[in-house]
Formats: sequence, structure tokens, C-alpha cells
Amino acid sequence: MSSTSTSTPAAGSPRAFTEAITIKLRTPAKLRNLELVLLVFAIGITGAAVALVQLGALGEIDTAFIGYGAGLGVIAMVMHTTLRIVAPDADPFILPIVTTLNGIGIAMIYRLDLADGVEGWASESVRQMTWTAIAMIVATVVLVVVRNHRALARYRYVAMFVGIVLLLLPMLPGIGVTINGARLWVAVGPFSFQPGEVAKIALAVFFAGYLVTARESLSIVGRTFLGLRLPRGKDLGPILIVWLAAMAVLVFQRDLGTSLLYFGLFLVMIYVATGRLSWVLLGLGLFVGGALIAAQSLSYVGWRVQGWLGAFDPTVYEAQGGSYQLVQGIFGLASGGLIGTGLGQGRPDLVPLAESDFIIASLGEELGLVGLFAILALYILFAARGFRIGFNGTDDFGRLLGVGLAFVLALQVFIVIGGVTRVIPLTGLTTPFLAAGGSSLVANWVIAALLLRLSDTIRHQPRLIIEEDA
Amino acid sequence: MNKELRRVSIATLAMFLALFVSTSVIQVFQVDELRADARNVRTLYASYSAERGPILIDGNPIAESIEVDSVYSFLRTYPEPELYAAVTGYFTLNQGTTGIEGAFNDYLTGTANSQFLDQLGALVTGQSPRGAAVQLTLDPAVQAAAAAALGDRKGAVVAIEPATGRILALYSSPSFDPNRLSSHETSNVLQAYNELTSDPDEPLDNRAIAGDLYFPGSTFKIIVAAAAIDSGRYTPDDTFPNPPSLQLPLSSTVITNSGGSTCGGTDEVSIARALSLSCNIPFAQLGRELGEQTISDYAEAFGFGTAWEVPMTATPSTFPTGLDDAQLMLSSFGQYDVRATPLQMALVSAAIANGGNLMQPTLLDRIIAPDLSVVQQSEPVLAAQPISRTTAETLTRMLVDGVSTGVASNARIEGVEVAGKTGTAENGTGAPYTLWFTGFAPAVNPEVAVAVVIEDGGGLGQSGSGNQLAAPVAKQVMEAVLSR
Repeated sequence: MSSTSTSTPAAGSPRAFTEAITIKLRTPAKLRNLELVLLVFAIGITGAAVALVQLGALGEIDTAFIGYGAGLGVIAMVMHTTLRIVAPDADPFILPIVTTLNGIGIAMIYRLDLADGVEGWASESVRQMTWTAIAMIVATVVLVVVRNHRALARYRYVAMFVGIVLLLLPMLPGIGVTINGARLWVAVGPFSFQPGEVAKIALAVFFAGYLVTARESLSIVGRTFLGLRLPRGKDLGPILIVWLAAMAVLVFQRDLGTSLLYFGLFLVMIYVATGRLSWVLLGLGLFVGGALIAAQSLSYVGWRVQGWLGAFDPTVYEAQGGSYQLVQGIFGLASGGLIGTGLGQGRPDLVPLAESDFIIASLGEELGLVGLFAILALYILFAARGFRIGFNGTDDFGRLLGVGLAFVLALQVFIVIGGVTRVIPLTGLTTPFLAAGGSSLVANWVIAALLLRLSDTIRHQPRLIIEEDA
Repeated sequence: MNKELRRVSIATLAMFLALFVSTSVIQVFQVDELRADARNVRTLYASYSAERGPILIDGNPIAESIEVDSVYSFLRTYPEPELYAAVTGYFTLNQGTTGIEGAFNDYLTGTANSQFLDQLGALVTGQSPRGAAVQLTLDPAVQAAAAAALGDRKGAVVAIEPATGRILALYSSPSFDPNRLSSHETSNVLQAYNELTSDPDEPLDNRAIAGDLYFPGSTFKIIVAAAAIDSGRYTPDDTFPNPPSLQLPLSSTVITNSGGSTCGGTDEVSIARALSLSCNIPFAQLGRELGEQTISDYAEAFGFGTAWEVPMTATPSTFPTGLDDAQLMLSSFGQYDVRATPLQMALVSAAIANGGNLMQPTLLDRIIAPDLSVVQQSEPVLAAQPISRTTAETLTRMLVDGVSTGVASNARIEGVEVAGKTGTAENGTGAPYTLWFTGFAPAVNPEVAVAVVIEDGGGLGQSGSGNQLAAPVAKQVMEAVLSR
């Protein structure tokens, strides 16, 4: 860990040689200092956003709420300090990005609480802040406990089992709950929980672990049919299992988004691992086929498609479960325009579920297109930091896992925002870090922690670089 | 693995690109369309939370927003509701917005694109947003004269300044009280709205520009006479047979003059005299000789078929096509299927008054931003030149004769030369007549062109005439202009 292990050339070496080389000592402290500056900036943005919300909606500053926010800033600082000790080479951008997104989300949820006139535990923002604190602590624990990510590969089958059980959990009678037509929730007593959010981590770990060991047989053996090299029957097994799980989610949990998310994750990871485009095409074909059949035969999927294509059609708009929410969200975005109404100045509360599924419409209304572009840029940057692990990583498991986690987050952003802005049919996923929801926060912070851990291993070696001068 | 990673990176970037495009499309390119959507209550709330600009006449509000203690912050009030309802329209929470309130909603709420910099300024300085004021061309004295003269009879009055197209009066009767519709109690609004829509007298119809169209009757003879003279095929002195009745070709229909008169009692009559006495049969023959195409061309040149935007959209007046001889002859004195708005007939008079130059009619004088800078100033716009200056002068003489020695005698004003034409349009067997007057004054350097329509025979069924009931209304309106 010491940063002063500079080795000088042995005495007596020829002068010419010592002048021809440069010794660079990479100092992780620099990275952490950069992170600290960015993190202070992120906390500042959040504080400013909350203050603007209060000025816009209340006309005055309420110091109590800002006090809670400061508490979260302290936890972020604790996490930063932990990184200095357990992962000093970790990527310096991930923590500030995630903190900014999480903070902006809290500010918007708080703004919606003010519009609805709720306070204390009834308010989503207080719960969201509590969940943020929990999520950050969990993420810190993950960083401390998982010192070597390769250990995760050993638990790949456990991860698979956990992932599939979590995915299918909401289907269990008794604890599964249907909210807004989608059965994505599990409720035990007063606690409700969206297990699908956590499942994406478990499945990413499984896919990475499984593909690293099976990639040889998957990529080399197979028959060629119509120019496509198809996998062997027995290698098809895992794909079929995942496809079936995705379809089960689609049929029984009534959620196209979740099913698309997991299947997309699987396809991308298998493609990166094997380089076989034919598998991706095969999988996409299977999924599109399944989705088409579902759209034809399952009324709620058909409705989603109709609400997407014909959102402004009066009959679709007025129908029960029709496009009312989607169209109201679009009206909100339109009223924001290029520069937005300003925090606390718009009417995002007019859109149903403005604090969760439609938080992006709320943000677009008050921060404008400029604000949305900034948010999208943060997500792109986050994904890019993850892909960087894929490009520069030292072991295939770590590389695959990094890409998988980064991609699943990017895909989720695409599915949610694409749904709200009518690129694809609307589904019930949450916008990572922004939307109100405890399970989603915890899961995404754990993803951030894992990416921090993975990025730390890249820079670990070599710490000492000896370059020959040109 | 790096090749695959690169491709996945590109695919991920493409997903985000799609989001950049989709958000831009919604928040930039479709904004106007989405904000105008009737289901978008945000536009409505925004228009209430900001102080909506007033609608002014000579600097005095005829619609203004008063600060009240309610969720909507401001209540729209109309100090002289019935007098200006046809112009202001109404501004409701749940039943839409009409008239100037609707046509200039962007400006009144302060969200028009031209006010973007002001919005930005207000955002920076923290001022509460305010809408712009819309100043109208109406003259309160003329508008009041129109309303008083028409009284409680159903009909409409339009008065226009011929040289500029500025509308001086626009009144539709019966009127309504827009204050009842601007209430914040949506149930009260709904009740008032339902009462108004189910009223058999249809007070919400703006009869001046967009009510049911009327047969223009004899006022349409102006256009036929204009076509005859301006085409160079006839002079005002050319004569036509003048029998008291005529059976139409290939038809059992017999046409007569208004009231079964002999129309001067001569065997032949000149076009000029036929116009001032309003003889139907000579005009039927003239129209047949001119042909459907010529009359239709001139009617269009005068504005038939045009949806005038004042800026509320007026229903286009129509001249029928595919006529046989009998239908063409009926159309030549404004029957069969010719239909017109009072605005359109006022424009015909205005074009003649202005030497053949038809000016674009408008209610807008200027739009004034909250900082009193002028956002938009209305300038006279030449809309068309339906006839030459000489034709206009010839027609003016003919129309002056119609008032001074012809059947439009009730429009005479002491010491002023008035040009005008009456109309008494039939609406079918037994149905009350539609009574018309259109004209302008003074004949030289005209200050006002006017059109008056009175429905249901003004309460006299088939015994009233345009001269008896509509001409006195027009006279009072013209006097109001001339005595300014």
C-alpha cells in the first residue's frame, strides 16, 4: 500500500542508461483526490437542487431537510474514505456520478412530496433518503467484504440459483403482489421488495462465471446451417433455460421490460464471451418471436403495444390502463421544453407515478432538455467506466462481469426512458438511482460497488512503469 | 473479446442516441403541437398561474385577470361581457377557449416563441411571469352603436375601416356572459356551458364570422354587377328586359321581384337602375349571360372561399358549382345555394370603398409586452384586388343611387353620401326572411364599410325587408363612425 516504494537505479550504473529511462510511480492518492473533488461537487449539486426546490415550491429554505441531506453527504464521504483504504486504485468517477444521480432523484422526489403536501414517514423523499443511506452502507460493506472479485466466480451456480429464485419469487402465491398490472413485487408484512432488481446482479455474476468456463466449447463446436454456425444441442441448454425464465417473467409477471432486461443482459454477455453473432441473432429471434406471440395472445402485452403506437388516439388515451399516463408524461416533457420550468415551478405531480416510473418526465419538465441531456451523459459516462473494465481488465471473469453490470444498467435506462419517450412500449422498470424505490437503490449501489472493486484491480498492476525515452 | 466489446459499446451508444433523439423530438420539435393539445391541462394551469395579459380597446380592458385567493391565482373577468363576447370569446377551465382568448392564448399567457427572451429574463430575475396585452382595433362607440341598434333581434354586425381592414365593430346577437364560463367552479362552468349550448337561439355561435351561413340575397347583386362591368362586357347603361315575373328555363319555378313589384314599371331597365331598385329578373338574365365561371371567379376574388383569419377563423362563404341555367339565375341574386357571412359581405363593400383594393381584415392592433414594449404591430395588408379602380368608382355611383333614390332609402344620413345595398333573402316556403344591408360611407374617402344581417325576419316573418330593418341598424353604426 505504500506509495513511496520508488526504486532508484543501482549505484554505479552507466549514466547514459539512467538518463534514457523514466520511472513513473503511479500514485493512487491522485485518483482519490480527484474523486474527492468530484464528490464535493456532486454533493454541492444535490444541495443546490434541494434548495432550489424549496425556493421554487415553498418560497423559503427549510433547514431540517437540508440537514438530512447533509447526513447522506457524510455517508458518501465515509464511502470515499473506505475506498482510500480498501480500493485505492478504483475508478474515481463512479462514486461522484452515482451520488449526483441519487441526489437529483431525491431532490425531485422531495419536490413531488411538497406538491402532494406529505411530510415525515409518509413522504417518499424521507423514505428514499433512508434507503439511500442503507444502500450506501451496503455498498461500502460489499467493498470491504469482496476484496477479490475472482472469489465471486466460484459461487456462479449459487448465483444462478439465487437469481432465478428471486426472478420467480413474485409468482409465488401469498407473497407475490401485483402493482399496476405487473407482478414484480414481494410483500412480507409491511415490507415490499422488488426481487428482480437484485436478481440482475446475481445473474450477471452467474453469466460471467459460466461463460468464462464454457466459452471454449460454446465458440468452437457447432454445425453450420444457412451460413449461421449453430450451437450444439447440449450447449443450447443454458440459453433455453434463460429464455424460458424470461418468457415466464413476461407471461406470469406481465412485464416486458424485466424480461427484456435479463434476456438482453444474457445475449450481450454471451456475445462478448464467444464472439458468435449467430447466438445473438438466434436469441433475438426467439425473444422477438415470443414477444410477438405474447402481443397477439396476451391482452395486456397487446395493450402496451397499442398504448405505445397509438398513444394519442382518444380511445386508447381514455381506456382503462390506456395511454393516459404516458401522454401526460409527454405533455410534462413538452411543457419543460429546452430549458425547463425550473425546479419547483412545473406541475410534474400531474403525471401518475411521477416519483418512480415517470421520474424522468418530472425531471425533463423542470430541468428541460438540457437537464435530461446532462442526466443521460452521466449514465453514458457510468456505462463507459464499466466498459473500460471490459477493455482493460486483467482476467476474463472480471472483464465479463464489468461489461455485464455496466450494460444491464444502460439497458435499464434505455428501457425506462425509451418507454417514457415512446421509443419502445412502456414497461414498469425503475430509472436507476433516480426513481423512488428501495430495492432498486440497493441493487444499483451494489452494482456501483462491484464496478469500483473491479476497476481497482485494473490499475493495481503495474504500479511501477518504466518507459524508455524515445 | 475487444472486437465484441467495441460492438457492444457502439450498440449501447446507439441506445443512448435514440434517447437523445426522442427527448429532443418531444421537448423541442413537437412542443407547440403538444402544448396545444386540448388534453394538456398544463397549458391551462400555466395560463392561470401566470398573470394572463388583458385584452384592450384603446388601453381599456375588456378582459382582464384579477388576483384571487384560489389554486388558480387569477380569475378572468369581463367588464362588459355581453358587448364584447363575440370578440373576446371565453376562457374556461374545462370547456376550452375561444375567440381572441383562444387565438392569442400564447401571447396572453406569455408563452409565445417571440416572448422567449422575456421568459428567460423572468427566469433569471425571478419575476413572476406575466402575459402580454392584446390591443384590438375595435371602436367602443361603434361597437356599442351596433349592439344598441341590433337590440335583442338575432343577427350580426360587422364594421370595417376600408383602407386598412381594421375591424371597428363585430357584434353577434344574442350574446352571452363569458364571466359565467371563466369561473373556477368547474361544475358551475359546465352547467352554464350546457345551458348556452342547449339554448335554441345559439348564443355561443359567432354569427358575424362563423355562425350558420346566410343566403346573401340581393346583396350578392353587387358582385354580379361588379363582374359584368369589370369584365368589360357591359356598361351600367346596358339594358335587360324587366317583366314582373319569369319562368326559369327547364323548370316550373317562376321568379318575381321582391314583394311582387314591377321594379320601376318599365319594359327594360339598365343594370345601374336594376341594382338600385334591386330587380331580380334583370340580374337573373345578366348572371346567365355572364356564366357560372365568371361570377364564381369574381366572388372568389372578393373573398368567397377564403377562411379569413381575424385571427379567429371565419367560415368561408360559398358560391355553388355545376349549376344549370335555372340554378345560375337564382344564384345571381343570392339565392339557391350562395351563402355568405356578414364579415364577407362587409369585405365586398370595403373593397369597393377602397378603390378595388381588398385589405386583410383584422381585429389586432398590437401586442404589448408587460414591459410596455410592442411585441407585434399590425400593419395593413393588401389581400386581393378583385376589381379595377374605375369599376369601383362606377359601382360606388350605382350604390349611392341605391340609397339616395333607390330601395335602400333608410340608410340615408343627412349631409353624407352613403353607398349601400339591401337584401331580403328567402329561406324557403313560409320561413322568415334573412334581412341584409351592406354599404359604406362617405362615398368619397370612405371611413367605414358595414354589413348587417338580421335573422328570422327581425320578428316580422315574411313581411319585413332589408331596407326596413337592416338599413337603419347600418345607418346608426355608420353614424357612430362618422361622428367620431
